[in-house]
Amino acid sequence: MIRSITRQKTEEEIDRLLNGYSRIFIIGCGTCVTMTRTGGEPEVTAMQRRLRDKGKLITGQAVLPVACDNLTSEALKEYGDQINQADLLLIMTCAFGVQTVAGYANKMVVPALDTLFMGKQTSEGLFNEICSQCGSCIIGETGGICPVTSCHKGLVNGPCGGTNDGKCEIDSNKDCAWTLIYNRLEKLNRLDFIRVLKRPRNYQVEPTPGKWNL
Amino acid sequence: MVSSFSKALQSGRFVVTSEVAPPKGTDLEKMIHHIELLRDKVDAVNITDHQSSVMRFPSLGGALMVKELGGEPILQMTCRDRNRMALEADLLFAASRGINNVLCLTGDSIILGDHKEAKAVFDLDSSQLLAAIRQMEKGLDLGGNKLEGTVSFCAGAIVTPEANPIEPQLLKFEKKIEAGAEFIQTQAVYDLDNFKKFMNYARQFPVKILAGIILLTSAPMARFMNKNVAGVNVPQDLIDEMASAPKGRAIEKGIEIAGRMIKRLHDEKMCDGVHIMAIGREELVPDIMSKAGLI
Repeated sequence: MIRSITRQKTEEEIDRLLNGYSRIFIIGCGTCVTMTRTGGEPEVTAMQRRLRDKGKLITGQAVLPVACDNLTSEALKEYGDQINQADLLLIMTCAFGVQTVAGYANKMVVPALDTLFMGKQTSEGLFNEICSQCGSCIIGETGGICPVTSCHKGLVNGPCGGTNDGKCEIDSNKDCAWTLIYNRLEKLNRLDFIRVLKRPRNYQVEPTPGKWNL
Repeated sequence: MVSSFSKALQSGRFVVTSEVAPPKGTDLEKMIHHIELLRDKVDAVNITDHQSSVMRFPSLGGALMVKELGGEPILQMTCRDRNRMALEADLLFAASRGINNVLCLTGDSIILGDHKEAKAVFDLDSSQLLAAIRQMEKGLDLGGNKLEGTVSFCAGAIVTPEANPIEPQLLKFEKKIEAGAEFIQTQAVYDLDNFKKFMNYARQFPVKILAGIILLTSAPMARFMNKNVAGVNVPQDLIDEMASAPKGRAIEKGIEIAGRMIKRLHDEKMCDGVHIMAIGREELVPDIMSKAGLI
């Protein structure tokens, strides 16, 4: 399942963003950030305690089922009074959730998390970025491994010279996508696919900001 | 116009290139000194492009300086910092100033350099940059539009003969040749028996190969490269040889080793030439060449 992968901002940054606001309502989400342990019930409660210790008044807290869903509008109504009493909403969801809440609540919002990437849970507690929604999928020719995403440089014609022992030049904990692609296609006896020189990519398939209207 | 470097490559004689790094700033004195030192001794001088992702005076400016000083430049161009429009524009400028040799590189990661938060580009890769050059020579830019005036380049690329695993590297190497690489400057090689095996494979392609020679300056430097530079493997016997040098004389030992390796490459006609990288000790390149019996 696709998960929005997040990391909590530093306490210093959160405190700076909350500076001047004393009454705060905290929002978490029951989906991705619960799974990544960045904005589920335990994290929201820990944040509430920390901010209370710092002298903030916490008017309430809520873990919405799916913060990025349009039903968030209804979910927020349940906390109407507590939200109204707050000067600011501290939101411990990914940026999709933050922006959804911001659209419904007439309040300043502050994200407590940074949204890193759309990830897939590869194993318990491990999330990998495997697609960056580039708009021109080439994985039919790369053995189902995306070099645009899984290669640090997004190279489509093979590895760079920085790869070492099958790992990436920037981090020996990250695999070299082109070693993976090579090995898989070799096994499938289809290396011919990646022997073809690929032309430069089209970066304007869907010009940013993407918008799709059925 | 056919560059003098291109002519040297075609002449069949053993070709020697070296490289000079532009400064971090506008004080060009040292770079000029190195260029003057090398311009008459080697067939061409590479000018590095923000090597190791460290921001510096541009390679285009350095290449122009080589030209102005009467030398033969090889303009290094990485795909890290410029999109296809900027790369094409710089190639037009280079051509207009008689800079006709280009080494096409993908480029190190931004993260390894001194502007760690900068946006990396990689709009093209090294093989696509080579293909772009060939397309421009046909009078078309990458948008398919007609160019006014012509360009002509002797274009090359790199390969890492000691890469592990080697197969994906060789696949890229072959694509670079297909895209139009006329010459290859290799990553540093130290194990010449291993390099010989690589050359047995590489000889089947219509490309000139210059073996990369990095001057060893000390045993710890060799160990550092083994640990930190992808595709560089200094064998233990060379490290021991460096370590055996009397105190303060390691650099002389490094020169001796580099000279000996070049001599063997030359005498055994193993490859088409060498690319000597002295990394900050450019004044020693003539000594290395002399030890190799080239001057």
